[in-house]
Amino acid sequence: MSLANRDRSLVPRRSRRHSMTLATALAGLAVIVGACAPGATVAPSSAPSSPSGTASAGPSATAVAALPTCGTDPVQLTVLFETGFDLPNKLSEEFTKQFPNVTFSISTDQFANLMSSSARILSGSNPPDLIRLPSLVTLAKDKLLKDLDPYATAFGWDKWPQSQFTQNRVGADGTRGAGTLYGFGLNFSMTGVFYNKKLAAQIRMTQPPATVADFEDLLAKAKAAGLVPIMQWNDSASGGGLAFPLQDLMAAFGPVQPINDWIFQKPNSTIDTPTNLTAAQHLAQWITSGYFPKDVNAIEYTAAAGRFAKDEGVFTFNGDWQNGAYTKDMASNVGFFAFPPGTAGGPLGAMSAPLTYGIAASAKHADCAAFFLNWVSTNPTARQINVTNQGSNPGGPSDLAMPTVDAASVTTQTLQVGAEVGKSNGAMDFIANSTGSIFAQGWTPELQKLVGGKQTADGLLKAVQVEYLKELAQQ
Amino acid sequence: MTASADRIEPAPPPGSDQRHPRRTLAIARVRRGTIVGWLFVLPALFMYAAFVLQPLALTLNYSLYRWDGIGPSKWVGLDNYRVVLTDPVLTDTLFNAFRLIAFFSLLPVFVGLVVASILRRSEGGLLGTMARTVLFLPQVIPLVAAGIVWNWVLSLTGAFNEVLGGIGLGAITRAWLGDFDFALPAVGLIGFWVLLGFCTVLLFTGMGKIDPGLYESARIDGASAVNEFFAITIPSLRNEIVVCITVTIIAALASFDIVYISTGGGPGRATMVPGLQIYTLAFFGRQIGVASALAVVLVVIVLVVILPLQRLNRGTAS
Repeated sequence: MSLANRDRSLVPRRSRRHSMTLATALAGLAVIVGACAPGATVAPSSAPSSPSGTASAGPSATAVAALPTCGTDPVQLTVLFETGFDLPNKLSEEFTKQFPNVTFSISTDQFANLMSSSARILSGSNPPDLIRLPSLVTLAKDKLLKDLDPYATAFGWDKWPQSQFTQNRVGADGTRGAGTLYGFGLNFSMTGVFYNKKLAAQIRMTQPPATVADFEDLLAKAKAAGLVPIMQWNDSASGGGLAFPLQDLMAAFGPVQPINDWIFQKPNSTIDTPTNLTAAQHLAQWITSGYFPKDVNAIEYTAAAGRFAKDEGVFTFNGDWQNGAYTKDMASNVGFFAFPPGTAGGPLGAMSAPLTYGIAASAKHADCAAFFLNWVSTNPTARQINVTNQGSNPGGPSDLAMPTVDAASVTTQTLQVGAEVGKSNGAMDFIANSTGSIFAQGWTPELQKLVGGKQTADGLLKAVQVEYLKELAQQ
Repeated sequence: MTASADRIEPAPPPGSDQRHPRRTLAIARVRRGTIVGWLFVLPALFMYAAFVLQPLALTLNYSLYRWDGIGPSKWVGLDNYRVVLTDPVLTDTLFNAFRLIAFFSLLPVFVGLVVASILRRSEGGLLGTMARTVLFLPQVIPLVAAGIVWNWVLSLTGAFNEVLGGIGLGAITRAWLGDFDFALPAVGLIGFWVLLGFCTVLLFTGMGKIDPGLYESARIDGASAVNEFFAITIPSLRNEIVVCITVTIIAALASFDIVYISTGGGPGRATMVPGLQIYTLAFFGRQIGVASALAVVLVVIVLVVILPLQRLNRGTAS
C-alpha cells in the first residue's frame, strides 16, 4: 500500500517535524499569552457602578414613591437556593399561595459549589433574581450585586434593628460592616453549646455554666467519668470545627469588636491579640487534656452531629440550624446554652450570621425579589415557617411578635440565647469568613496542627494572621 | 484517492525533456494529498485546539496577571511564579506530589510485575481470571464511591483498625487519614489500590508476547525463576513498564480526586497536593493568577519527569 509506504518513509523525519510542530505551537501560545488581559473588559453597564447610577439601578424613581411589588402580571422569579435546606422552598410555596401571579424557577447547589461558582452565575447571561450568597465582598467589588439601600428606604428596613444588616454591608474600600447594603438575611442563626441532658445529669450539671472556669470544670468531670467531653468535627472536607470553641473562647476573654473588625477586613486589624492568645491557650489545654475525640482531625461535620446524637459527647459546639436534626434524633434529650463569659455576669458573645440572599445586579425581577425578602421578615405566616422549619430568628422589625414555639423545645432555648446575646451586643460573624480561603488555608490546617501537637497556641494565631495578610495582598 | 493517483501515473519516458510540467503535476499532487490529510485531521485538531491548546494558552495568560476571575486584572509579569516558587506553603505541595510517586508509581509497577508473573504461571485457571478481575475492578468503580468507602475503612472504628485489633496490634490503631505521619501513606495506599490493577493487566498482557522459547532455553541453561524474571521478563517488558510508570507518575503528580475525597489536603497540609492547591487558590481564594502559575509549573514538572522516560521507550523501538 502506497499510503503505508509513505507513512513509513516519514518515520525518521517524524521526530524533527514533531519538535517543529511543538515549537510552532509554543510560538503560537506565546503570541496569545499577554495578548489580552483577562477580565479587563468587564462591562460597567452590567451594574450600577457609580453612586449617581444607583438611583436608576435600584427601584425606579416611581417605584420608590409607590412601594416595589410583584405587580399583578405573571412573574417567574429565577432563584438559586442552597442544597440541603428546605426553608427557602417552603417560603416560596407559601409566597405563591399568597401571590398567585408569582411562581419560582428554583435551582439548588451545595454551599461549597456556590462559593466557587456564584461570581460566574451572577455575571452570566441569565442571572438569578435571588441567590444564596456564600460571601459578599468580591461579588460587590465586581458590581455583580444589586445595591439594596434604595429598597431599605422604600420598605423601611432602615428603621429595623440595624445589627441584622451590618454583616451584609460593604464599603467602597472593600471592607465589610459598613457601606452599601448588598445582602438580606432570610433569618439569623445563633451558635453556642448543645448538651446531652442525660449525660450532663451524669456529671451533675444542674444549670448551664456561668463562667469558662465552670465549663472547664464540667469538661474535667466528663473526662473523669469516661465520657467524651466535647464531640466536634475538624477534618479538612468540612473545615476545622474547632474554630467554633476557639471563637467562643475569644469572645469570652476579650471584646467582640476587634474580632468583627478582623473579619470585616478593617485596615490594620489583627487576630493575634493577647486575649485571643489566652483563648487559643485554653483550646490547646482542652486538646492536651483529651476533651475532644482522639480522631477529631478525621471527623466530618455530619459524622460529628450523628455521633453526638448517639450519646457520644456531653457537649458539642454548633448552631441552631441543627435544632431540627437533633430534636429528631434525641427528642427532648438535647439542650442548648450560650458559651459562658470569662467572668461571671460578663457580656455574652456568639457567632450569629444572617442566611444571606442577594439580588443579581442585572436581575429581571429585582423589585419582586426585594418584595419577597421584605415579606419573609414581616409576614406572620412566613415568620412562623422560618422558626418552625429551622429554628432560627426571623429578624425583621423589633415590634413584631416572635412566632410561637414549643416551650420545652431546644428552639426556645436558642431563640432565648439569641435575645441575650443581642442584649450584650455580642453577635459576631464567623472567623472563617474573613477571606475566601482563610478557612481552607488558615484555620483548618492550623487547628489540625494544634490537635496533632505540631502547632502552639501562639503559632496558630501568628500563622493565620500571616495567611490573612497574604490573601489580602493578593486581592 | 491519492493512492490510486500514484498508481495511474505513467512512468517518465527516458530522455524526455518534459520535466517541467510533470514536476508541477507532482507538486500539485503532493499538495492535494497534504490538503486532504489536513482535512482528515481537522475535526480532531479543532477539538484539541478548543479543549487543550486554548485552555493551556489561557492558563499561561492568566498566570501573568493578578485577577479575581471576574473583575479587572492587573499585569504582574512573572511575580506569580516568584510566589509559587518561594512560598513554602506552595512548594511543599510539590514535594508531597513527589512523595506520592512512591505509592502511585513505584509500588504498583513493582507489585504489578510480581503479581502478573504469578498470574502468568497459573494461566488459564479460574482463580487467575478472578484475580485479574478483582485487581482491575478499582479502575471501573467510580473513584468518589471508592474514596468514601476507604474513608470508612481507614477511620478509627473502620475495618482496617478492627483487623489490627484482631491480630493484637490494637495499640497502633488510629484515624489513619487524620494522622500527620500516616495520612500521606494512607492516601498513597488508596492510589496503590487503584493503580495496581491497571499495571498488572498491562504487564500481564505484555508477558503474553514474550517468546516462550526464551524461557525454555534459560531453563535448559539452569536459570532459576528469579533469574528468568530479571534476565527475560523485565527486559522484554520495557515498553509496558515505561507506559505504566508514565501513566502512574502523571497520576501522582497531578493527583486531585483521591486526595480531595479522602483527606481534603489535611491534616494540616500533610497531604496537600498541587492539584488541590490550585483548586483552592482559584475557586476559594479567587487568586486566578497564582493558581494558573502553579498549574503551569506543575505542567512543566510533569513534562520534565515524563519526557526522558519517553526517550527510553523510543530507544527500544528502534
